[in-house]
Amino acid sequence: MAEETRSDGERHPLFMPAILLGGVVFGFGLGLSRMYRPEVVLRFLQLSDMGLLLVMGGASAVAGIAFAVLSRTGRSAPLTGAQFGKRVKSLDRNVVLGGGIFGVGWGVSGICPGAAYASLGVGNVTIVYALVGMFAGAYLQGYVRSTDDTGAAEVPS
Amino acid sequence: MLAETLLPNGWLHYLLGGLFIGAGTVVIYATTGITAGASTFLESTLSYVSKRSRFQQFRFTSTRDWRVVFTLGIVLGGAIYGLTVGEFGWTTEVQWWRLLFGGVLVGVGTRLGKGCTSGHGVCGVGSLSETSLVNVATFVGIAIGTAQVVMALGVTP
Repeated sequence: MAEETRSDGERHPLFMPAILLGGVVFGFGLGLSRMYRPEVVLRFLQLSDMGLLLVMGGASAVAGIAFAVLSRTGRSAPLTGAQFGKRVKSLDRNVVLGGGIFGVGWGVSGICPGAAYASLGVGNVTIVYALVGMFAGAYLQGYVRSTDDTGAAEVPS
Repeated sequence: MLAETLLPNGWLHYLLGGLFIGAGTVVIYATTGITAGASTFLESTLSYVSKRSRFQQFRFTSTRDWRVVFTLGIVLGGAIYGLTVGEFGWTTEVQWWRLLFGGVLVGVGTRLGKGCTSGHGVCGVGSLSETSLVNVATFVGIAIGTAQVVMALGVTP
């Protein structure tokens, strides 16, 4: 849903700057919220600091309000012409299995993709171990799943 | 006080950080209609180097360029945080093998489960997507259990 509909040649000149700005604000937030520190995430998972609930709650509330308001206008996005919609992904066994595997990894390392990118920006060179691991894991599952077409019809987001 | 027990390290930076994270997704959504997540970058970037069918799907090849820009934005946002209000050059004390092993599981799990803490946790929860709510409940529950086991085994940091 909501994928950009134009081809590369006719993309709006402000498309990439908007993506970049969104990423910068997003990454700054990951810094301010200390989510770039695996230690802070692990303290939440050890139930000794509930701050992460404020981070995820605040972020999803802001996003949710914008999604709800904009999707009700019936208008389309100015830079892509895409209809404003919600995040649509099908619920199947992989959602639970993948969530479980991600949960073990998050519980072991205290790191998730966005926070790891921001952590690198803060200058945390040690986080490269987590980034190498993530690419290896993503490649491993892609290698295995290349033999079937599961997810081929999945809608991008 | 209850707040000091649950939030021994304060609350304002968590909430403000969360609002910035949400604002970053809104910048992208309001301009392009895209509900972005951070983990698809792993697979879409692998499409540049792997010919495996899983990575060569249109949903990865058609979005890989802006996902690189989004991720560079997150790194840049982390750097801006580190150089202004944060501590640039801070490094984690979590052991390298935890980051690497956890990272592999995060790479597998986020891709198999169709998203991570930003895609499902922020955009999906904000959309009140059933798929995302199931995924988030799964990974948060499993991660708390995993972190408790790791702590019980005496692994620090």
